[in-house]
Amino acid sequence: MKVLVCVKRVLDPQVKARVKADGSGVDLANAKMTMNPFCENALEEALRLREAGIVEEIIVASVGGGKTEETLRHGLAMGADRAIQVVTEEALEPLAIAKVLKQVAEQEGVGLVLAGKQAIDDDSNQTAQMMSALLGWSLATFCSDIKIEGDKATIIREVDAGLETIEVKMPAVMSADLRLNEPRYVKLPDVMKAKRKPMDKIELHSLGLDTANRMTTLQVEEPEGRAAGVIVNSVSELVEKLRNEAKVI
Amino acid sequence: MSNLVIVEHDNNEVAAATLHAVTAAQQIGGDIDLLVAGENCGAVAEAAAKIAGVSSVKVADEAKFGHHLAENLATLIVDVAPGYSHVLAAATTFGKNVMPRAAALLDKAQISEIVEVKSPDTFVRPIYAGNALATVQSSDEIKMITVRTIKFEAAAAEGGSASVEAISGGADAGLSSWVSQAVSNNDQVDLTSAKIVISGGRGMQSGNNFSMLHSVAAKLGAAVGASRAAVDSGFVPNEFQVGQTGKVIAPDLYIAVGISGAIQHLAGMKESKVIVAINNDSEAPIFQVADYGLVADLFEAVPELDAAL
Repeated sequence: MKVLVCVKRVLDPQVKARVKADGSGVDLANAKMTMNPFCENALEEALRLREAGIVEEIIVASVGGGKTEETLRHGLAMGADRAIQVVTEEALEPLAIAKVLKQVAEQEGVGLVLAGKQAIDDDSNQTAQMMSALLGWSLATFCSDIKIEGDKATIIREVDAGLETIEVKMPAVMSADLRLNEPRYVKLPDVMKAKRKPMDKIELHSLGLDTANRMTTLQVEEPEGRAAGVIVNSVSELVEKLRNEAKVI
Repeated sequence: MSNLVIVEHDNNEVAAATLHAVTAAQQIGGDIDLLVAGENCGAVAEAAAKIAGVSSVKVADEAKFGHHLAENLATLIVDVAPGYSHVLAAATTFGKNVMPRAAALLDKAQISEIVEVKSPDTFVRPIYAGNALATVQSSDEIKMITVRTIKFEAAAAEGGSASVEAISGGADAGLSSWVSQAVSNNDQVDLTSAKIVISGGRGMQSGNNFSMLHSVAAKLGAAVGASRAAVDSGFVPNEFQVGQTGKVIAPDLYIAVGISGAIQHLAGMKESKVIVAINNDSEAPIFQVADYGLVADLFEAVPELDAAL
């Protein structure tokens, strides 16, 4: 089985986003960028499925501009077999991304799509669900355990109440949660090897899809900060303040 | 304008989160209908009809909707949504699972986790773990929306008298089936609606040490939460996680114990009214958002707090 792993280039999770002074968006100029952490979980799972003999080929794909290639190279260094970049400088919404990646999944004839549950930049949490709809495939979101046996998979999902187990027919789209696995570190020889792995580039417009955005961002602003608090010197002082000043206990 | 709110429930009770989504619909304006899809969910429909401000409740009571599988439920939403200007659900794991699937089938975008209604087509939503707020205007004729519950008060659960209408629709996609649900067997206060929450982080060092927090929580009527680090370390199960990709909460009092305060954790609790941080590292970023900070060894401070209450 071939698997398509969808990945996104995002602001490094350790870096605090800074809003541009003109309110047009978040300032990413010279910011440290990385593969979205949840996408690393998705790719790691694909690598483990290949090691288990369930997957033969791993294709890592992303939609974006020039530097998206760096993120895909990171995916190749982690162990993906080849990469596909759908090239566009436009910032597409999840619905458009899902349309594009659905087409890639069909063209490549994959039997499984893995994605991160959420990109930590726009926090939409939509793309995997939308791809499953467009493909007409089973959906398993927020996976913390995936077992594929033949034409079905048993999934443990992280839900608000705890853990839910479902069974889905293959092919399926699955989105990774944090506890699915711990992504491996990339070693230098892997980085060197990744430079020689195939990287296909497809121009977005050549796909002939309607990828027009449905939303206009009118403004991006920083939320109100919290006023500075006080340091208390003892538990008794803390309890006194919570009782008599904040009146919350 | 007309709103359809997807009711989250367990076939017995309406989930509290839905009441917050109803309030968002009220702010958009126009009629509000509710969609209850489930199996033997008559009690839910009855309760839903009493929610203040609701015009009608549409009930699809069929085995295929019993476990709210996204593939089946999405087909029903697709059948019912046309004719509505807005379709809303709370941004819980239920809403996050099914709404984008339905939106894509309708060829509509989804506006995720709105925190404010500016006008019927313009909404504010947090991005970058809440470090930026984006105001977005939607051009879709059906606006598919998930609602961040903490930013909208709960609608009154009583006082309404909506009509209840049985409907059929949707399909059994035959793609997935529900097997089981494991809920940790504690009878603790619900984390998302608790007035007081005490959370532990990596500094707790073990799952056993969380008993200290449970003891304090019992005295305060509080829920116990955790940072991602504590969940990843296996101290507590995933449903305890507060943060960007866990639960986003805003209690009256949030006590962070042994939590450093990573961006991702702050995203889940910084709207709390009063924040207390107990940490032995005075440089920990959690102190920058805390109203009251106590630089102390939690293994001394928490038992002392317990004794003082």
